[in-house]
Amino acid sequence: MSKEYTHIQSAHCENGVTTGLLRHHDVDFMTEPLAFGIGSGLFYIHIPFLKINNGPAIAFRNMPGAIFKRTCDALRIKVKKIKFRNEETAKEYLDNKISEGVPVGCQVGVFHLTYFPKEYRFHFNAHNLIIYGKKGDDYMISDPVMETVTSLPTYDLQRARFAKGPLAPKGHLYFPEKIGTISNEQLRSAIIKGIRRNVRDMLYIPGNIAGVKGIRYTSKKIRKWRDELGTQKAGLYLGQIVRMQEEIGTGGGGFRFLYAAFLQQAAKHLGDNRLLSISEEMTKAGDLWRASAMKMASIYKNKNNSQQDFDAIADILLEIYETEKRAFQNLGKLKLS
Amino acid sequence: MKKEELPQDESALKNFTREVCYVKNDAGEYETDLSKGWNVKKDALDNAWDDVRNRVEAARNAVSTGEKSPVYYFMELQLMDLPILAGYTGFWKMTIRRHMDPNVFNKLSEPKLMKYAKAFGVSMEELRNPK
Repeated sequence: MSKEYTHIQSAHCENGVTTGLLRHHDVDFMTEPLAFGIGSGLFYIHIPFLKINNGPAIAFRNMPGAIFKRTCDALRIKVKKIKFRNEETAKEYLDNKISEGVPVGCQVGVFHLTYFPKEYRFHFNAHNLIIYGKKGDDYMISDPVMETVTSLPTYDLQRARFAKGPLAPKGHLYFPEKIGTISNEQLRSAIIKGIRRNVRDMLYIPGNIAGVKGIRYTSKKIRKWRDELGTQKAGLYLGQIVRMQEEIGTGGGGFRFLYAAFLQQAAKHLGDNRLLSISEEMTKAGDLWRASAMKMASIYKNKNNSQQDFDAIADILLEIYETEKRAFQNLGKLKLS
Repeated sequence: MKKEELPQDESALKNFTREVCYVKNDAGEYETDLSKGWNVKKDALDNAWDDVRNRVEAARNAVSTGEKSPVYYFMELQLMDLPILAGYTGFWKMTIRRHMDPNVFNKLSEPKLMKYAKAFGVSMEELRNPK
């Protein structure tokens, strides 16, 4: 149990923690795209009326915590998840675990992560990292979005674990407790389950704000933003979309490239080349997201813009809606085994 | 995104890390590569920070004209909004809104002020008289 944890860098923090912890426990086939796909990580939602950092509430992936839980469940890995009321108990629990040589996943608020550049330290409470040791007062941290390991003094880590506000981590720790041998058969069925659930999430959630329909919803909104908000505020809103979509932790194109990579790996594991052409479609969706981001940037950079610029963005989003809808419909039609 | 299209623009990530991106190699297979940043994102982040500075400045003015209490200024300064500040103080959003009225703020008890001082990471003196 006491082998040294090997740092793994990933695009997305929760994938990275999942992959890192499972590989540490000798699940060697695990990769970031696999964790993302088995955990049905791809998503889209635009929650009306809610504001995050004074901008629109949009997400390109599923609820925090879902990827780790689903991936482990699908592979019949028993996990321990624990939250705390008391900060001191939370610290003792962590100290005990790492002294046993068990690396643990930990949910933290980015605002208190002193090793992050100031520019990135907003109040975002669903960042994940691995704590794998302690030297003196410093915890040894493997933050999956970073190239190398880092460390954090006890005081800062405590503040990050007990950050407050929406999605407050409450000291949340998690780690695999018992891992059996995972057969190829199990892996294949986990992949298929992940794909089916993702088809459901993208196509069949009722209402018009979640899944591919959410993209169409945003497209409609954007058309009105210039008149409703003025160019200044509309620019900020678009900037927020770009940051959710492209900022560190997404793998680019709002996680679409990551999902396309998953479909390629799934094609290999399932021996099913039909998944490759759907991967191509996801790549196209990712490329379109990047193209829309460039158009959005021209709005928040140049204050001289017209309604046509907003319409052009809304049109790309409609094209993305069509592309992703087609991709997931095709995915849903496949009889995978 | 093709491997050769991956942007390498200087950004706030400098001296911190490069980020993993998923790109296609010549054989059409996905692999990871490292990016220093992308101007499209950098501009979005810069724009967001300009907005933060404007909001903080507006809040500072609102406090000095007696329109708002320091709670409002420090909330903006600490990049918070009502739900976040409610989380850190334990007050309801409605209550915080009331505390943003200077008349109400000036009558707050020490323990209540302490909660704000702790949430904002400032002394009681600074909380009462922000610079």
